[in-house]
Amino acid sequence: MTTVAFTINGKAVRVEAEANTPLLWVVREHLKMSGTKFGCGVGLCGACTVHLEGKAVRSCQTALSDIAGKKVTTIEGLSPNSNHPLQKAWIAEQVPQCGYCQSGQIMQAAELLAKNKKPSREQIVAHMDGNICRCGTYPRIVRAIERAAREG
Amino acid sequence: MTMHNKQDVSVSRRSFVAGSAGLAFSFTIPGFLGAMSESAAAATNAAQKTIGGWITIGTDGAITIVAPAAEMGQGILTGLPMIVAEELDADWSKVSAAFPPPVAAPPVYGNPDPLIGGILLTVGSSAVPGYWMMARMIGAQARRVLMQAAADQWKVPLAEVSTGPSVVIHQKTKRRLTYAQIAAFATVPAEMPKLTDADLKKPSEFRIIGKPLPRLDTPDKVNGKAKYGMDVQVPNMVYATLLRAPVEGAAPDQIDDSAAKKIPGIIRTVPLNDAVAIVGNSVEAVFAGRNALKVTWKGGATAGYNSEAALEEYVKRLRDPGQKGMPLNPPGDADAAFAKAAKVITSEYQTDYVYHAQMEPMNMTASVNEAGDAAEIWVGTQAPTVVSGVASGVLKTQFDKIKVHQQFLGGGFGRRIYWDLVAYVLLTSKEMKRPVKMIWPREQDVQSALLRPMSAHSMQAALSDKGDVIGWKHRLVAEATLGYAQPDELVKTKGFDYLTLEGVENKYAIEGKAAEWLREDRGTALAAWRAIGSGFNKFAIESFIDDIAAELKMDPVALRLKLLQGHPRGQKVLQTVADMAGWGKPAQSGRARGVAYADIWSTPTAGIAEVSVDRATGKIRVHNFWNVVNPGIVVNPKIVESQSESNVIYGLSQALKERITLVNGAVVQSNFSDYEVLRMSEAPEIHTTVISTDDKPTGIGEIVLPLVAPAVSNAVLALTGKRLRHLPMTPDRVKAALA
Repeated sequence: MTTVAFTINGKAVRVEAEANTPLLWVVREHLKMSGTKFGCGVGLCGACTVHLEGKAVRSCQTALSDIAGKKVTTIEGLSPNSNHPLQKAWIAEQVPQCGYCQSGQIMQAAELLAKNKKPSREQIVAHMDGNICRCGTYPRIVRAIERAAREG
Repeated sequence: MTMHNKQDVSVSRRSFVAGSAGLAFSFTIPGFLGAMSESAAAATNAAQKTIGGWITIGTDGAITIVAPAAEMGQGILTGLPMIVAEELDADWSKVSAAFPPPVAAPPVYGNPDPLIGGILLTVGSSAVPGYWMMARMIGAQARRVLMQAAADQWKVPLAEVSTGPSVVIHQKTKRRLTYAQIAAFATVPAEMPKLTDADLKKPSEFRIIGKPLPRLDTPDKVNGKAKYGMDVQVPNMVYATLLRAPVEGAAPDQIDDSAAKKIPGIIRTVPLNDAVAIVGNSVEAVFAGRNALKVTWKGGATAGYNSEAALEEYVKRLRDPGQKGMPLNPPGDADAAFAKAAKVITSEYQTDYVYHAQMEPMNMTASVNEAGDAAEIWVGTQAPTVVSGVASGVLKTQFDKIKVHQQFLGGGFGRRIYWDLVAYVLLTSKEMKRPVKMIWPREQDVQSALLRPMSAHSMQAALSDKGDVIGWKHRLVAEATLGYAQPDELVKTKGFDYLTLEGVENKYAIEGKAAEWLREDRGTALAAWRAIGSGFNKFAIESFIDDIAAELKMDPVALRLKLLQGHPRGQKVLQTVADMAGWGKPAQSGRARGVAYADIWSTPTAGIAEVSVDRATGKIRVHNFWNVVNPGIVVNPKIVESQSESNVIYGLSQALKERITLVNGAVVQSNFSDYEVLRMSEAPEIHTTVISTDDKPTGIGEIVLPLVAPAVSNAVLALTGKRLRHLPMTPDRVKAALA
């Protein structure tokens, strides 16, 4: 067991767990923030996507020992009042169906808009292709990202 | 419906819905329990008291409407409240939706659809059609109670009052009482007013139904607040996962948990009939423990089973005229039609096993009481009543000792009908004397996949010398889906497996039709999978229609329009989709279009796929998919459109990519690495038109899916002259067909 201090959604926390514990379970079960989802455990579906120092990472592939002193942002911390342009666009385009993958989709998309204010459709698809949506909301995700880029 | 599970528990539905004949419409106002049944009241804890029956109206005007059907993405948590709110004449902006309270499925929430039989079970695109009249009547009765209360208050005849959005009006005296004001003084009569269909609104009077209203669950699904089964937290709980026998029916022989127990956080292992549960203080511990656990297995009914070899045997059977199947008796005399045929054409089609691959791996949380005769269960399930029934069987207790707390479902697609986790979780909780949250890793979810059956089809058409299709024969070889989980159901239906056989029936006007099913029994774990048998049956039928069109040198849309004479709704969706896609005008260079039609569960739909093929890699690219659907009265066109899109993507995924194989009885695939599903870069542009008519609403959640594979196969035929006969249409198979 090891104790690791890091920042999550602007709040300093310390978590005691095995060093190789995936950040996914640290967030979901140790810190009881369940917006970040478990889908495959091997980095192939993107449901567990969070930001580490502003970069989108698969939390199932990120060990607790790798985040010491770093800043983690989850869907709960993306915006103060669920008012990130992507969250507003997600509602306007009525993206979610079952909704399970959508936290990961939004966190993945947020990284794109942070570094590219006006992504082309090809850039959107290339950036989002690692995130699976089994309900098939892909066309709406694309439209929502385009809307967020447009409306800011 | 009869449930069977591998922990030797068999429970008949009769045992837990006995005496539920008739529907007790409940309606409560805060402070009054109203007509809520005693058992429901007793089972509802303090925080949920206000939910009570279907409708709760607060003195602040807030209206909560229970949506008893499972929300798995299809939008029913919005759709059902819209129907109730319409007849209640509610102000929609004041409406929120709630899951049913964790009671033992009082009949008040059960789906009266004959397919469902009055229980809590969301399957077969039956929620809107099943609840349609009931939901309207409950809304209308509640409205009548509010009108009566206002009329009594004003001392005017009921006939003189009317309603507007959340307000009762007495036009003569211009007096108004809002529903919020009425909730402060009204009481709910012991018996709800008796209304008839004539008391309901006419479709022309609808002001909520038919509107593209935003879903009520969207806000919580963009900020991480929506709670799924995976997200449940119960005080004092421990974590568990499962290592299940790789072969159906095998049992643990030697269990070596010495390495697993050395992992920090592992508490112990719990041996079960066909699995071993690993229990610990964290998910990471039990997942690591599962990997370290060494188990040898004995027995297993399907130990030597290889699916690829089995499919070859299906085809041999298909081609052996001595092999007779169950006749499915479509109309007409097929043999007479074939006897006078000028020409007979034949085709064969095959499909592989597929798995649901719902995004949320299977999980369940349960707390068995000290005495071991009662339990609370937290789960996102399509079948709360079935969970209660199976759980009461596992604990050998009464049905009403089980409380099921419904959650959002991270995808259902049929997988979450099944109750395979119930015994594992309850027995582990009983053993541990603590609440247990069991999560399956994706690898276990794939290993314990419940599959859509494989299928092999032989299609024959008899053509007259005038070029009319006069005869039709469809021979199907496939396993009985019901044979795995609900064998008693098959006895009741005299062997007719309505899951495997869905979609064999078609509306094409052909003089003599015959269809037969050659049943296979391989012991495979099978399940309802989105659109059930029509996923493979329509692939064969709709591909074959294009084979016939090619033989007749007829346009495939024109042939279908001709064969759909007498079905104007079917002709309308076909003609509309052809117009949308510019059918008849040439596709751009290197592309071609293919069409398909289906009408499972009475919802006519048609689709056109536009494809290109990379001959070097064998990859099919679907550029556009046009779809038209007509589910009668459309409750929410935006949700119908979303469901059509979902069906196109899910349908294209099974058409091009998804395939489970079994070797020596075990599933070969393990995760999204070798069970690939469609990704964004492979998704087509989807163009949907939703046609609303005054017909009774029919289902939408899985209607469009069966179109996709045949439309793509037909487009590839149009492009290359080669027919793809085997799902999924993988690059290898495409290259082989084009070689």
